[in-house]
Amino acid sequence: MVLRCWNAGCPYGGFNMFDWKFAVNILPKILASLKITIVATFAGFFLALVLGLVLSILSKSRIKPVSRLTNGVVLFIRNTPLLVQLYFIFYVFPEYGLTLEPLSAGILGLGIHYSTYLSEVYRSGIENVPHGQWEAAKALNFTRMETWTKIILPQAIPPILPVLGNYLITMFKETPLLSAITLVEILQTAKIIGAGSFKYLEGFTIVGIIFFILSYPSSRLIKSLDVRLNKKF
Amino acid sequence: MSTFELLISLLKGGLKVTIIVTLFSTILAFILGFTAGLARLSKYKILRIISGMYVEVFRGTSLLVQLFWLYFALPLLGIKFSAIFTAILAIGLNFGAYCSEIVRSAVNSIPQGQTEACIALNMTSFQSMRRVIIPQAFATMLPNLGNQLIELLKSTSLVSMITLADLTYHANILNSSTFETTKIYSLLLIIYFVISLPLTYGIKMLERRLSVWRV
Repeated sequence: MVLRCWNAGCPYGGFNMFDWKFAVNILPKILASLKITIVATFAGFFLALVLGLVLSILSKSRIKPVSRLTNGVVLFIRNTPLLVQLYFIFYVFPEYGLTLEPLSAGILGLGIHYSTYLSEVYRSGIENVPHGQWEAAKALNFTRMETWTKIILPQAIPPILPVLGNYLITMFKETPLLSAITLVEILQTAKIIGAGSFKYLEGFTIVGIIFFILSYPSSRLIKSLDVRLNKKF
Repeated sequence: MSTFELLISLLKGGLKVTIIVTLFSTILAFILGFTAGLARLSKYKILRIISGMYVEVFRGTSLLVQLFWLYFALPLLGIKFSAIFTAILAIGLNFGAYCSEIVRSAVNSIPQGQTEACIALNMTSFQSMRRVIIPQAFATMLPNLGNQLIELLKSTSLVSMITLADLTYHANILNSSTFETTKIYSLLLIIYFVISLPLTYGIKMLERRLSVWRV
């Protein structure tokens, strides 16, 4: 825990100040890789939405081993780090013949990890549907499938939309982890630029600002959506 | 190497750093969380603005970006910390921001009548916070703070990316020297699971005990 100043050999009176010209120069490069970040976020979110729903329905299964196993898997995935899961997918899967490129491995990792969180969200939505709805569906002779798709889910999903939105933002902020499995997204681009020029300050600052500009207004938007949705009830 | 040897080698190398980073950044995060959370409810506008800015900046940018910024970019401005201190600082600051929101909403959820009763009993605002509001709010916060603790433990794996030798870092090193990829990463997942599972159950137990008085 040493605090020391880099005085010697630095221009500008001992400090390396923020180089605006350099920042403007590298901005297009970083913005170009923003596309990868966005693709990873949305594809991962989509996968998590689908898998999360599957997990939440399986954990409500009437067949005990199925629901037990699902809950166990969810518990395990939620209690281990996303970074290690990404390494696992990227380095272990190829040993069993499934070689994935960094982007698809990243999407798979993000999707699986967050599906366990989303399954909890779905579950809370499903549990908030009054029990009478299940009984009514049974009385009307709906099949189990029809009950889910026509009665339960249409009522369970709208109230949880803001929570799902918040998870989208969370996942967006987790995408820099994919740089660990060699995916060149915005953070990795900034790191490569820094390694080439020894100017880390500009690149990392820009990346931070990009994350803030994109996530702060979105979370505000979701908050207002939440207020509006909750007013209805 | 046998599985057992790999396990020992992983634990010997990285467990200490993972636990140190988890412990100290948890302490930092809780202190910051309570400070910033209560500051956001302060009657002084300047305190509200400062803590609001801290919370939004650290929640709005990604933890890994903050970690890299503190480790690679800050030295260029003349401030350099050691890797372990940077790790604790970054994780503490990041989770402190999340915890402050938990603290704030829990305190907000205490009925107004409690504060009024404190005023009627002639308590100072500090007394009413310490003796009435916080003890009640704490039970509300606990499950969420517990979840944050698990998230924090998991996020310590990121410190391997600033070359700090924690469990994940050692797994990567071990992997490149032994090529026992499947065993190493499976063991690593299991180790994290084994550390965080007792925490999960511990928090659940504490939660049950603290909410006994509630009907």
